[in-house]
Amino acid sequence: MSESKEVILELRDVTSAYGNIEALKGISLKVHKGEIVSIIGANGAGKSTTLMTICNIVPTVKGDIFYQGERINALGSEVLPTMGLCQVPEGRRIFPRLTVTENLEMGAFFRKDQAGIKDDMERAFEFFPKLRERRRQLGGTLSGGEQQMLAIGRAIMSRPKVLLLDEPSMGLAPLIVQQIFKIIEEINSQGVTVLLVEQNANLALQASHRGYVLETGSVVMEDDASALLSNSDIRKAYLGE
Amino acid sequence: MIHEFKKRWVSFGIGLIWLFVILWPLLGIKPEGLEFGTTFALWGKLAVAALCIMIVYELNVRGVFDGAKKAGSAITGSTRKAYAAIPQWLLLLILLALALVFPSMTGRYGHDVACNVLIYVCLGLGLNIVVGLAGLLDLGYIAFYGVGAYTYALLSIHYQLSFWMSLPIAGCLAAIAGCIIGYPTLRMRGDYLAIVTLGFGEIVRLILNNWMELTNGPNGLSGIKRPGVYWLDMTNGWTLEHFWVKKVWMYYYVILFIAICTIIAVYRLNYSRIGRAWEAIREDETAAELMGVNTFLLKLLAYASGAVFAGFAGAFFASRMRFVSPESFTFLESAMVLAMVVLGGMGSIPGVILGALALIALPEVFREFDLYRMLVFGGVMTVMMLVRPKGLWPAKRVGRRSEEMD
Ligand SMILES: Nc1ncnc2c1ncn2[C@@H]1O[C@H](COP(=O)(O)OP(=O)(O)O)[C@@H](O)[C@H]1O
Ligand SMILES: [Mg+2]
Repeated sequence: MSESKEVILELRDVTSAYGNIEALKGISLKVHKGEIVSIIGANGAGKSTTLMTICNIVPTVKGDIFYQGERINALGSEVLPTMGLCQVPEGRRIFPRLTVTENLEMGAFFRKDQAGIKDDMERAFEFFPKLRERRRQLGGTLSGGEQQMLAIGRAIMSRPKVLLLDEPSMGLAPLIVQQIFKIIEEINSQGVTVLLVEQNANLALQASHRGYVLETGSVVMEDDASALLSNSDIRKAYLGE
Repeated sequence: MIHEFKKRWVSFGIGLIWLFVILWPLLGIKPEGLEFGTTFALWGKLAVAALCIMIVYELNVRGVFDGAKKAGSAITGSTRKAYAAIPQWLLLLILLALALVFPSMTGRYGHDVACNVLIYVCLGLGLNIVVGLAGLLDLGYIAFYGVGAYTYALLSIHYQLSFWMSLPIAGCLAAIAGCIIGYPTLRMRGDYLAIVTLGFGEIVRLILNNWMELTNGPNGLSGIKRPGVYWLDMTNGWTLEHFWVKKVWMYYYVILFIAICTIIAVYRLNYSRIGRAWEAIREDETAAELMGVNTFLLKLLAYASGAVFAGFAGAFFASRMRFVSPESFTFLESAMVLAMVVLGGMGSIPGVILGALALIALPEVFREFDLYRMLVFGGVMTVMMLVRPKGLWPAKRVGRRSEEMD
């Protein structure tokens, strides 16, 4: 992506920790408006922590996080979705004992425009027709793939500008994973910037414009997705060659 | 089939042996020496009872009762259909009418029990907000009841404030107490929360017990005023008459009024945005936060609003007993209210009401057993949780608002 594009989300030398254990050791990354950027890395590299730090669920120890030019380190987690920054957390974390519709409504919790919410519910059902069929079912009774769809649907109910996705492929059959990635690209084509965290590096990089490689809490490489895909070190380490 | 049959009876035998092993130390070890007679007598009775149950079970497995069951399910099916056909407002109206004429159908004792049930309905519904909706375990809930009771007691004794004036103050102070306990526990979950709330309940009880100047310690406070009621008197023109609530049936109407207000308030909260947010917090706190729910404020609000209803109930309790002492606010009471919520069905308003009815009224029925009352009670609870783990009247979670979307 060209440098002329507007930066919508930026991390500058961000450190964060669980108690005394440092999980992120000074991470810097940039996401431009309209991009799909992926963060790849092994289990425990700190990918989820990065997203949780952006959302201030895990507090930042050092460094700055900018969203649309504003420093958001100190903002409460619950404020960010109202600004258009929404996360689909690892493991989906839908509300199991709320119905599918209620789960979707929770995504629009902070919004008051009933008509707009109704439209967006329609839009979510168009993305995921399976959810329409199951709209009265409890979230916990859905299959893994359907729960992932519900989690993404719930997030887009907040009309995000930037969508943070944590391992959407986790534990799903290849066919469903492909379906979900297609929808992620579609959501992106409607103008939503996507920051994608994946262990499935191949899939993630194929869908993205750029990528970052994370190792034990530090960024070890960043490049265009196609360049990362053809990089021999990356192929060895993350693509199983 | 044969294999299962054998397995069942072997378990039965082992169970009986275990029972004996447990019973004997309880009954047979006496200061004057070891003794087997009483243990054998009781064990024999229990074994015969268990044998009868096993035989009934055996017959059931072999399909002896199938005919009767079919008839039974046909009956429940048709009553269910009839029930569904009656509009809900009519049912509510009938229930309300029954509640209103109840005092004329029973005596003093009945009124007494009914007052108790209604107090616990208020308590149960309040705790239901905290436990059932927001999913925060609270083992010290009775403390707010205590705060409400002592608030009215002190206001009445020292400032001659009337019951109705004190009621909102009692609610407010209970809510503040709710925030005080809520605040430090906001970052805690599960087991830790249980222990801290348990501690808080005990702290409040100990304060009531030891702050002699204010609460008169274990001796309690007496001389609390009755509630007064204004009544439109039409015998000689339209005049407002004031009189004191004296008879138990009058108290019944006061607490019925408070309980109905509580039910309406809790119902409204339940189906509001706030109620939905509480449920989201119960289901997954982090996910709720990521969806823009201010979990900090809403959890505080859950504690505070749960406490308000306990405060009201407490003020009523003080006015009815006209005496308060710390003894009424022990952990056992907290456990009792929690049991009502769980037994009735977490998050379900009719469930909690049924739970209160079951746990207050049924033990009255079992009064004959006296000594074994708590034993029967424990047994019933255990069986209930096995048979209906979601409670007597589980919360309907097939979204109301979702229906309206279509
Ligand atoms: N809640 C937690 N408490 C303590 N340490 C944690 C917690 N969550 C993650 N970690 C640690 O932080 C590091 C990064 O974890 P995470 O971000 O989940 O990795 P990834 O998502 O890349 O698999 C790991 O070493 C992990 O053990
Ligand atoms: Mg992860």
